Amino acid sequence: MIDAAVEFSGVTKRYKYFTLDHIDLKLPAGYIMGFVGANGAGKSTTLRILMGLVHQDAGYVNVLGHAMPQDQATAKRDIGFVSEDMRLYGAATLEWHMRFVRSIYPRWDNGYANELLRRFDLKAQQKIKGMSHGQRVKAALILALARRPRLLVLDEPTTGLDPIARREVLGELMAVLADEERTVLFSSHNTLEVEQISDQVTFIDRGRILESSDKETFLDRWRRLRLVLPPNTRLPGLPGIVKVDGSSRLPVITTNRFEPAMMAACTEVGVSVQAVDVMTLEEIFIASVQNQREGGAL
Amino acid sequence: METSIVISQTDGRPIYLQIMEQIRQRVVLGDWKPGEQIPSIRAMAIALQISVITVKRAYLELEREGVIVTQHGKGSIVASDPDLGSRLYDKEFEEHLRQAVRIGALLGLTEEEIVERLRQAAAQLEMEES
Repeated sequence: MIDAAVEFSGVTKRYKYFTLDHIDLKLPAGYIMGFVGANGAGKSTTLRILMGLVHQDAGYVNVLGHAMPQDQATAKRDIGFVSEDMRLYGAATLEWHMRFVRSIYPRWDNGYANELLRRFDLKAQQKIKGMSHGQRVKAALILALARRPRLLVLDEPTTGLDPIARREVLGELMAVLADEERTVLFSSHNTLEVEQISDQVTFIDRGRILESSDKETFLDRWRRLRLVLPPNTRLPGLPGIVKVDGSSRLPVITTNRFEPAMMAACTEVGVSVQAVDVMTLEEIFIASVQNQREGGAL
Repeated sequence: METSIVISQTDGRPIYLQIMEQIRQRVVLGDWKPGEQIPSIRAMAIALQISVITVKRAYLELEREGVIVTQHGKGSIVASDPDLGSRLYDKEFEEHLRQAVRIGALLGLTEEEIVERLRQAAAQLEMEES
């Protein structure tokens, strides 16, 4: 594997009512990271710092071997960025935008752009102002993808899209990864899509990273155990307990450090394990945010 | 190669396990023959629209089971083991038995009762088939 495409180390940015607090992130080249957080958690600020659009107060950011924000001019040649508030010029056609981007980026791939137009069912002659929200998102995505950037950064690309458009967009993100040198970082509140297509998952809440690791290890660590306690028995000490629900005789335990040995530890003290449930990324995200907000340590 | 693998969001099992099971089935049924090239990890991920790391995990575990062989830079092939088919059937049988015992235990059945129920099921099946 090559170096990290994106690396954040101790990145901090203070605003009057919000602080992005010591962000550490590492995304290896060739993979796709889903960046998950509630509204106002700090996703967009983090992505803007990555792009050099916002300058951090402290900490170090490296993108494709370039220090940000110092080397942003060079770095941006290899980064495609799509965000909600990046407005296209309403009175101009998509074709006008395509020609404009092409004049700036010599690597523009016209064949690929036309293929994307067809797959996204868009007309190059159409003016941006006549487009629906979904069409605008897809138009912006064409402008970013056809440059064939080494890193694609997308701020909530699928928010507000219908299921068909979302599928088309996710499909194109996946297609980018056919090339092992290309990397994708996207933010989303849709945990289902993040769970589906991401190799790396990062959770952010209130300006802090809660979790950042490869998805398989991550999903493997979290389990919900449904136990049955005989009368007058106490719960055995288990690692990584994030939450205990249920009744005293029928506790439901959520752990983020699951290992099969836990089951044996329960049986040993007479506690029977009724079920070990796999958790969805959504359930994990909610448990993780609640745990953090209640002051628990992860 | 057409993957024809289907991922279910409502299956409840991790996706890598679903992939493993379906690849095993293809090998058992002879759809994918010993020595035959199977889709690369990235090609499979893109075709199924699931993450590369998930497919990688499924392939790694299948390799550990001896179902496939991955050669660096050359992709993966179905292992050319003459007993592979029957070994996989055996493994699947084992899985089903474990599942039956697990559910039996949930119902509060003793070991003897589970064995007895298995005998009854065999007798029932025999009757239906004659």
